[in-house]
Amino acid sequence: MTNNGRPRTLFEKVWDAHVVAQDEGAPAVLYIDTHLIHEVTSPQAFAMLRERGLRVRRPDRTFATMDHAVPTRQVDISLWPADAANQVRTLRENCRDFGITLFDIDGPVQGIVHVVGPELGITQPGTTIVCGDSHTSTHGAFGALAFGIGTSEVGHVLATQCLLQTKPKTFAITVEGELGKGVTAKDIILAIIARNGADGGRGYVFEYRGSTIRGLSMANRMTICNMSIEGGARAGMIAPDETTFAYLKGRPYAPQGADWDRAVAYWRTLATDEGATFDRELFIDATQLQPMVTYGTNPGQGVPITGRIPTVDELEDPAQRRSLVSALEYMGLRQGQPVEGLPVDIVFIGSCTNSRIEDLRQAAQIVRGRRVADGVWAIVVPGSKAVKAQAEAEGLDRIFQEAGFEWRGAGCSMCLAMNEDKAGPGKYVASTSNRNFQGRQGPGARSLLMSPLMAAAAAVHGRVVDVREML
Amino acid sequence: MQPFTTLTATAVPLRAENVDTDQIIPARYLTAVTRAGMGEGLFALWRYRPDGSLNPDFVLNDPRFAGAQILVAGRNFGSGSSREHAVWALTEYGFRAVISPGFADIFYNNALKNGLLPITLPEATVSALWDLLEAEPASLIHVDLAAQTVTLPTGEQAAFAIDPYRKHCLLHGLDDLGYLLSKEPEIAAYEARQPLALVHA
Ligand code: SF4
Repeated sequence: MTNNGRPRTLFEKVWDAHVVAQDEGAPAVLYIDTHLIHEVTSPQAFAMLRERGLRVRRPDRTFATMDHAVPTRQVDISLWPADAANQVRTLRENCRDFGITLFDIDGPVQGIVHVVGPELGITQPGTTIVCGDSHTSTHGAFGALAFGIGTSEVGHVLATQCLLQTKPKTFAITVEGELGKGVTAKDIILAIIARNGADGGRGYVFEYRGSTIRGLSMANRMTICNMSIEGGARAGMIAPDETTFAYLKGRPYAPQGADWDRAVAYWRTLATDEGATFDRELFIDATQLQPMVTYGTNPGQGVPITGRIPTVDELEDPAQRRSLVSALEYMGLRQGQPVEGLPVDIVFIGSCTNSRIEDLRQAAQIVRGRRVADGVWAIVVPGSKAVKAQAEAEGLDRIFQEAGFEWRGAGCSMCLAMNEDKAGPGKYVASTSNRNFQGRQGPGARSLLMSPLMAAAAAVHGRVVDVREML
Repeated sequence: MQPFTTLTATAVPLRAENVDTDQIIPARYLTAVTRAGMGEGLFALWRYRPDGSLNPDFVLNDPRFAGAQILVAGRNFGSGSSREHAVWALTEYGFRAVISPGFADIFYNNALKNGLLPITLPEATVSALWDLLEAEPASLIHVDLAAQTVTLPTGEQAAFAIDPYRKHCLLHGLDDLGYLLSKEPEIAAYEARQPLALVHA
């Protein structure tokens, strides 16, 4: 579809379809189709509604999950830490008072907001989706414009179903070619961020395209879009296609019958038009990619498994030098050190980046018939109750447990260490999550980000190894 | 929201890039259901030692910078999590402005919604400012939002950009909600013609 004949990108089509008003000199008033909320960033927004005597404008387009502070070991709330229990009770009250659908911890669908939304078919192509969580970018895998917002903005969307937004620029990231053995979606996105920098996407919306992206499953596309924010972009999008439609068909909140056919017909019009231009472009040759590992304290500080940590002399930019020095001091690592062989004390397989059934299958394939190395604490935290049930039906829980992994309940867990799942000071964590910030996985903890395949291999060897040698 | 017009204050040099919101306020301080009390968690991992005592090596604990209302940090300030708690922690602690060569998008928006002015200045200016503040901690910086200028302790003036709508809101202490609520007729009209009526059918 064109706008006065001008070819448009996927992002522009979704943006244009949601502008409610645009006053001269002001940001656009953007309509939000779907609002996801959770226990940690919503209480102050509801408090604001109450103070001002406002209602939730579209409770039917608002969905609540409980994930960030939820313990993964037991479900009896009377045994929880008082503050986590209080947040969960507050969310229950708010959902009840304002008529919002809540996927409660006691119910069948609890899990990480960015795993549950797609699973239920709430995440749909061409829609705008926001949540008080930066990894809302995950939902862009369906061709939605999805981004994280602050708590004030959560209040705005609750009250008006709209946000004031300045139009971002567009950035095409084209990935072409076949991935090598043992190279996954996680490695694609870590390589993109390593190349473009942790703030290289600031002010842009990424569109991931090219033959490699088209060949990926929805789970893998979500892994990539999830980490758009780690590359500085607010959102990442992938054009919906047959893979998207096949994933959504029949899910509880997906359109049914004639509505489904109309929806698919519309969704087919969303892909970037031939001849549309982007403000910036980046090309990635997938055939050259290797499994990636981060060594530093921002997600841009990553190298291929056969690589080594850079030296200060190799970097020209003083800011990058300063970042490297402070990162290595925190991480207890040396410049020039190869990443293969880095120590590992803890392995965390989970988070909204890599806790879907496909991720767990991959990790289990490495772990099967092997043992977690002595002295390594390894846990698997499925993204949702549905993922957990599916994994148990396939016997993956037994494979993990027989190898010495702990098998937990769904939640964010050691991705942000808000519950009791924390890494101790100085510990090295091989983690499938998205952030290696200082203290993210526990005060003083040192995160090494990698794919589920690589994390499983690290668990078996007690150090960072090249998983390709185990396949 | 507290309006922001002009500010004359001392400043703290935070010589670090990519200061993410997990650094500004770690997750374990996010368990409250109100905004109050966040200042205590500001830069907790740097400000406190593991036993809870103040870390004398962290710049914010340096008595020469006590009472500073401006933070001067490296590029990509506020990256990572969308937690607005990071802004609440900075404002409760007493900061009214942050100077950096670049801010992460969500942090930038959150700051504006709470009367905390994010000022983007060139890398070289920030670097020179660090040197100057470390040498002369009592130096005063003057910010004039209407003129969009920062007067450095050297007397030099640096201009900064800000969206006119955002500037208007800050100068007058207005939040977005009033504006959005005034668009109710347009919002209702949009919903009536929305092409995606079939969402969540
Ligand atoms: S899993 Fe981690 S990144 Fe994802 S929503 Fe939870 S805390 Fe955020």
